[in-house]
Amino acid sequence: MSTTTTDVHAHGGQDEHGEHNPHHQHHFATMEQQFDTSKLGMWLFIVTEILLFGGLFVGFGLMQHQYPREFIEAHEHLKQLIGGHLFPLYGSVNTIVLLISSWTMVMGVNAAQTNQQKKTVRYLVITILLACVFLGIKYVEYAHKFHDGLLPGIFYSHQSEDLIKGTHGYATFFAFYFMMTGLHGIHVVVGIVLLSWLAVRANRGDFNSEYYTPVDLVGLYWHVVDMIWIYLFPLYYLIS
Amino acid sequence: MSSHTETNTHGAGQHHGGPKIYTANLFALLFLTVLTIAAASFNFGSANVVIALAIASMKAALVALFFMHLVWDKPVNAIIAIAGFLFLGIFLMFDFIDVTSRVNFQPRNGPNMENATPAPDSMNPLKTPAPRPLDPAPAKAEEHK
Repeated sequence: MSTTTTDVHAHGGQDEHGEHNPHHQHHFATMEQQFDTSKLGMWLFIVTEILLFGGLFVGFGLMQHQYPREFIEAHEHLKQLIGGHLFPLYGSVNTIVLLISSWTMVMGVNAAQTNQQKKTVRYLVITILLACVFLGIKYVEYAHKFHDGLLPGIFYSHQSEDLIKGTHGYATFFAFYFMMTGLHGIHVVVGIVLLSWLAVRANRGDFNSEYYTPVDLVGLYWHVVDMIWIYLFPLYYLIS
Repeated sequence: MSSHTETNTHGAGQHHGGPKIYTANLFALLFLTVLTIAAASFNFGSANVVIALAIASMKAALVALFFMHLVWDKPVNAIIAIAGFLFLGIFLMFDFIDVTSRVNFQPRNGPNMENATPAPDSMNPLKTPAPRPLDPAPAKAEEHK
């Protein structure tokens, strides 16, 4: 490797230390340019994510306008009875779990930037665990809905007095609920896969202050997942 | 945007942010979460949605600026992010205008309403559901005889 890299140096493929970084691809002038290019691409992807969920949010808004009463009644089923009051316990806990996981993620990125390999791995593993906690709570929530027949579209079969059939409002609410939280959940699963990959690589010692692009970009992805939940939480669990 | 007198903005151990700022940001986010839950328990009428979305946007801004490093990043990333939200805003705005300015063209008091069935549900035109309690009752046939 070292013999071939000297050629690359001649083409300006040199970082500021005058040594060729093994992660430096030859079509980039500097490591910084390579990093900025990757980051730019990630941000463009993030915009497509914002617009993907944006479309669903617009649809949710339209249907809430169409079925205002049904949406408010149906959202009570996302809350739990605590001390005689309905409180969105699962939703609130999940919000806090995701916020903390965003913090562990950014701490992991910081550790990678400052050559703290063990810390990087530790923070990435905590982030994965928090993501699993999020999915676990989501599973409990979904299980309740499945059990109560609060399912989208033609699968809606809720029997109790409070949410009778005869209007599509309830089924529409749960269609949006499952579609949006489900798509968000898929993003969490993808995040867990990516974070696990990072943890393995970080443990192997792939990342350092010169090269931590994957940690940084997966971090950006993870924060977007958090950000989407920041909007999902008040719209589904708190609207009254 | 600072001059490049120091080694590099990235890669050479010269980093902005840091654990202290991130932790402070986390506590700010947790505080806003408590605030939005507390605000939802009061009835401000239609302002509840506005308050909830305003707090959510503040939280999203905190995440984007500090956790996603936009404050310290090259401006091009912030421009892309802002452009994304801008177009989402246009999408939402035109949608809002559409919904609030709509007129129901469904004939409700025409001459041939003798055997009128409730208007089909616009979301599921194949089924004709029972009339929703909130809907105005279909015009009585007697009125037009």
